[in-house]
Amino acid sequence: MKAAVLVFPGINRERDMARTLKLTSGHEPAMVWHAERELPAGTDLVVIPGGFSYGDYLRCGAIAARSPIMDAVRSFAGKGGLVLGVCNGFQILCEAGLLPGVLMRNSQLRFICRDVFLRVERSDTPFTRGYNAGQVIRVPVAHGEGNYIADGETIARLEGEGRVVFRYSSPDGMIDPNWNHNGAINAIAGILNERGNVLGMMPHPENHVEPALGVTDGRGMFAGLSEALGRAA
Amino acid sequence: MIRNATPITPELVAEHGLKPDEYKRVLDLIGREPTLTELGIFSAMWNEHCSYKSSKVHLRSLPTKGPHVIQGPGENAGVIDIGDGLACVFKMESHNHPSYIEPYQGAATGVGGILRDVFTMGARPIACLNALSFGAPSHPKTRHLVSGVVAGIGGYGNSFGVPTVGGSVRFHARYDGNNLVNAMAVGIARKDKIFYAAASGVGMPIVYLGSKTGRDGIHGASMASAEFGEDSEAKRPTVQVGDPFSEKLLLEACLEIMQKDCVIAIQDMGAAGLTCSAVEMGAKGDLGVVLDLDKVPCREEGMSAYEMMLSESQERMLMVLKPEKEKEAEAIFRKWGLDFAIVGETTRGNRFIVRHQGEVMADLPIKELGDQAPEYKRAFVNAAKPAAIEADDVPAPLGLNEALDKLIATPDLCCKRWVWEQYDHIIGGNTVQRPGGDAAVVRVEDGPKGLALTTDVTPRYCEADAFEGGKQAVAECWRNLTAVGSRPLAVTDNLNFGNPERPEIMGQFVGAIRGIAEACKQLAFPVVSGNVSLYNETNGRAILPTPSIGGVGLLDDFTKSATLAFKRAGEAILLVGETTGWLGQSMYLREICGCEEGAPPPVDLIEERENGDFVRALILDGVTTAAHDLSDGGLAVALAEMAMAEGVGATLDAAPDDIPAHAYWFGEDQARYLVSVPAAKVADVLTRAREASVLVSRIGTTGGDDLRLPGENPLTVASLRDTFEAWLPAYMAGELRASV
Repeated sequence: MKAAVLVFPGINRERDMARTLKLTSGHEPAMVWHAERELPAGTDLVVIPGGFSYGDYLRCGAIAARSPIMDAVRSFAGKGGLVLGVCNGFQILCEAGLLPGVLMRNSQLRFICRDVFLRVERSDTPFTRGYNAGQVIRVPVAHGEGNYIADGETIARLEGEGRVVFRYSSPDGMIDPNWNHNGAINAIAGILNERGNVLGMMPHPENHVEPALGVTDGRGMFAGLSEALGRAA
Repeated sequence: MIRNATPITPELVAEHGLKPDEYKRVLDLIGREPTLTELGIFSAMWNEHCSYKSSKVHLRSLPTKGPHVIQGPGENAGVIDIGDGLACVFKMESHNHPSYIEPYQGAATGVGGILRDVFTMGARPIACLNALSFGAPSHPKTRHLVSGVVAGIGGYGNSFGVPTVGGSVRFHARYDGNNLVNAMAVGIARKDKIFYAAASGVGMPIVYLGSKTGRDGIHGASMASAEFGEDSEAKRPTVQVGDPFSEKLLLEACLEIMQKDCVIAIQDMGAAGLTCSAVEMGAKGDLGVVLDLDKVPCREEGMSAYEMMLSESQERMLMVLKPEKEKEAEAIFRKWGLDFAIVGETTRGNRFIVRHQGEVMADLPIKELGDQAPEYKRAFVNAAKPAAIEADDVPAPLGLNEALDKLIATPDLCCKRWVWEQYDHIIGGNTVQRPGGDAAVVRVEDGPKGLALTTDVTPRYCEADAFEGGKQAVAECWRNLTAVGSRPLAVTDNLNFGNPERPEIMGQFVGAIRGIAEACKQLAFPVVSGNVSLYNETNGRAILPTPSIGGVGLLDDFTKSATLAFKRAGEAILLVGETTGWLGQSMYLREICGCEEGAPPPVDLIEERENGDFVRALILDGVTTAAHDLSDGGLAVALAEMAMAEGVGATLDAAPDDIPAHAYWFGEDQARYLVSVPAAKVADVLTRAREASVLVSRIGTTGGDDLRLPGENPLTVASLRDTFEAWLPAYMAGELRASV
């Protein structure tokens, strides 16, 4: 695996992400500055981490989506390269047009940091092959604007094509408004693009990978990616 | 001779907060009338906040040294050695008044300021904590203040990217009109890469870094007066506006140029902005400073020298650079999109000279600006100590279950999840113990070391007896650090009091400092940084004396830290320490009986140390499965917290015959802990306790879904948890009429 972690000014979970990639794959990722125009040669996974790019003073992710490096990411994704966007990364991917929809303010209008439960809807993607379909995983969220929405037609398409990969659920996998902390439509926590090579999600699997710190349910994603890319390489 | 455009009238002097005798001192010092800019500089340097003029003489009695202390008070933050070539840099500071005027920005910039203090010294911030005191929930402004302060702390810390891992939230009518926001930041640096404020070398470039200077935060006292500026309507309010995005960039840029060895000295621009930072760098390095204000990056046109020198615009730094590294440093700052301007240089001769548009606007002796600030030995009286209240004299209007249910739903004891869920407490991937325990635990780099962090004080104890209250604040901090298994190393203190010109307030201040000093000495727990906030009064009514103590403890192996949750059924619950049933100034007395009376529980520091050392050894030897300090609400509240944490209940034995039941279960005797241990290890623990002369008694057994107090019906842990969690969200949603 040869991962590239994008660093925009104001991104702040890049160190968490880099540590997790190293820990789970054994390979140090490249840290790529927003002003670059190309990804490092041989990159097989682009990760856009969480944070507050450009302070999120405009719509979240709107400025980062127009950074020089994003053209390289678009062309990488266009060739089928794997792109993972987490939290602000998800917002950036939506703003960049690589994923449909938008993330609005949480329904309670407050930033929320807590562990949530996600139902993994599919295991036949490079991002979720480390899980079983229907499995419930516990991962943290930390965002003020994670309330996913898109027009009815888009939602119908996402659902129809099985592109909703993660949903907020109860610990036993039930979809329940009480367990949907940000009010996202259909409890959507993560989606794929049409081709299935770009994933955006609000929760932070990278923060739940170490046994010494407790829950390790995030590990499946990185172990799965590492295995998929290791095999391809 | 300096041209003086503005006549300095007594009114102008008063508006700058300088007393007539202080102004006379200015005249004596410079031998002429000051310019308006100079008057502003004096008022900035000699106010209580910057000069510590009322507190300095007493602060000197605090113990500040210890084998692991690298830097004590007097720098941007304290520094302690945590081994392996690493140092922990930390400090706590208040932002009380701004947070009352404009809660979001006031609290946000409080967090920004304390983070800058830490990374100025070369440390990457790894955690923040916040000690918050609000007015009574029934006060019409309280909800608005809680909402704004919490959002402001989160808004700044979350975006900057530091986990906010702990702190405290309390409510009391004495904070109506004057809430407290005490922010603590903790960072990690390499021990041999600590940066200080003292400049060295003559002719060295002084560089301005970070955001541009605007008219925000200009000296509050000058605001009201129209005579100052040509255009007073252009002036902004005294509260600054925070920009965590710029601060994050400033952090990364500063750490990068520090790594490249470009920096001789660095000082952040906090209170009194450019004035205070430039004077500190020069005075500490025994050098003069010349500033050319035409070079200062400004956000607005036409700013005067007075405005530039007093602006408290945020996210700015002043640095003395190695001249040969200028280009390299500039390139780093440009990469991060930050302003970089050479605005002056160090000089021989100890003068502080400010030039603007071809004129000298200030020419002052730099050492005297800091060192010769007025210092007061203010009169103080010690309040009469209230008599102790006998437990037998305290009524028990409610049964144990009812009292417990009521206590855990009170604003002070209820769950603060609504608050800390608005703080990103996991960013960094190092949070071992999240908010809600005795102390937060954060892993240091990749481990195995961990730091335990907490903030503590019990203001109602301090009000009743400042000396015992001061001792108790330190002891409880030490106890909380111990209860997670760490070795307490050092503290930062944030002393919040009323008007020091009133002898009874000064008496509280002096008493609390004596108590803090006593406890810090006995517990080998030095004070390495701190902040004093006086004049916390509204309409002549002072806040409760609130000396917040922020403590840092070290775990050699973070995986050995203890949590307060009962883990499994059938384990023995052991009470460590002596229980007399002390109800004076207890939460029970206040919340159940409706009075705040009596002497607070005395703190026996020898017992604290012996009991704490005993508990820590049990934790580190892997004997305990849970540990918890006893404080507000006593034994019953602590048991409920241990049961609620992971949903494991407990059955408790009867109280001893010689203590009334309500006093036994809700008394607040100090130096106590609860631990759970597997049944098979009880005998061993009791033997160890006897050998260590520590009082330990078995008081019950874990297990089941209920908390069973003797003679009471079982209380389900689930219902306790509902009660515990309900109050704050309901209050903040406006669903309750507050009863307090």
